[in-house]
Amino acid sequence: MWVLKIVAELLKKFRDRDLATRILHEIRKFAPGRRVKFMHVCGSHEVTITRFGLRSLLPEWLEVMSGPGCPVCVTHTAEIDESIELATQGYLVTTFGDMFWVPGTQSSLARAKTDGADVRIVYSIEDAIEVARRNPSREVVHVAIGFETTAPTTASELLRKPPKNFSLLVCHRLIPPAMQFLLESGEVALDGFICPGHVSTIIGSKPYEPLSERYKVPQVIAGFEPIDVLLGILMLLKQLREGRREVEIEYTRSVRPRGNVVAQEKMREVFEVVDKRWRGFPVIPKSAFELKREFVDYDARKKFGVLVKESVDFAEGCRCGEVLRGVIHPSECPLFGKACTQEHPMGPCAVTSEGACNVAMKFGKF
Amino acid sequence: MCLAIPGKVLKIERQAATVDFGGVRREVRLDLLRDVREGDYVLVHVGYAIQTLDEEAAREILKSWEEVARGEVGA
Repeated sequence: MWVLKIVAELLKKFRDRDLATRILHEIRKFAPGRRVKFMHVCGSHEVTITRFGLRSLLPEWLEVMSGPGCPVCVTHTAEIDESIELATQGYLVTTFGDMFWVPGTQSSLARAKTDGADVRIVYSIEDAIEVARRNPSREVVHVAIGFETTAPTTASELLRKPPKNFSLLVCHRLIPPAMQFLLESGEVALDGFICPGHVSTIIGSKPYEPLSERYKVPQVIAGFEPIDVLLGILMLLKQLREGRREVEIEYTRSVRPRGNVVAQEKMREVFEVVDKRWRGFPVIPKSAFELKREFVDYDARKKFGVLVKESVDFAEGCRCGEVLRGVIHPSECPLFGKACTQEHPMGPCAVTSEGACNVAMKFGKF
Repeated sequence: MCLAIPGKVLKIERQAATVDFGGVRREVRLDLLRDVREGDYVLVHVGYAIQTLDEEAAREILKSWEEVARGEVGA
């Protein structure tokens, strides 16, 4: 038990109020005489920032935008429509909880279930495969969403050869290409990135380096406690002041420069990298995974040839696209908290627990 | 979605471990890690351990920045 206690004490330090006050004092001292804008690309960072009210503590010259860090939100409508179509056709569809409620063009998996489709929420892909084993007469399709953090779990299970009645609708996406897209488009002038801690636990710090070199942008990989995020911001400001443009790691307890090599090997074995549309974005080059040819028997798109007609990204008036690209904060959308609420969400960012609008509605008033 | 929770590895059997999350125990896959030992702290994401936690590194980063915030080193 004593080991447990020591680690718990250590992690508590990352919520220490005095330390937070002192870091904020250091942050304020930077006052560069111009506005500074950073972006994070992780739903869990948005939860930490909003839940602990960090934005209200930052000086007025410093802004932190939420980017495309919620994998459920950026899963394209056509992919959600595909999963609904499969469920409606009678296949047993499994997915993670967040995906269940997200609106596609006309419906959602939740609504399909209400209408009689067999849609089941699972905690992990292993559970989805267990569903397939227990239902040998059914075709089970797992909607595999998530960034580089989650993709290795999909790869790992495929390498263990799941049963033949199991297949995947692969929707895995890659974060650095989306960051490059944002820098290249120049839609938002960014002074630095707070890079995602758990994506980076897998991929390490190297994949971000070309971005710092090419676009002269500082980056810090940060953890998910308030002190982690504040330190990340302080480290970015320090880079700006010293004229450094590099990738630093704040979340050293989990992120190693080379990342998790075993996970990377498994991903390389199973997936190939393809261009893909993201919800709220056009096609982003080399930004998603698809199954390699050897695994075609597990590819639900090839196996069942799902056809989805025209899909529509967002309901009329919904500005989720701009929220996902870090152009606006959720409260700048005219639907926010009015036509669009947690009970009646209009867009993906208001639905899922890591969507910026949902987070703002849940914690923003405090 | 990329949520990962730290827990302590109690027992390892082949590629799976029993992990304690402050009282709640769950089976966790170890396929994504080499050299995990009983007693290690691991970060768990959707049922898979994705990294072992480095306590020493956590202490170091806190210490170095506590010094900065105390004004002992120039920020």
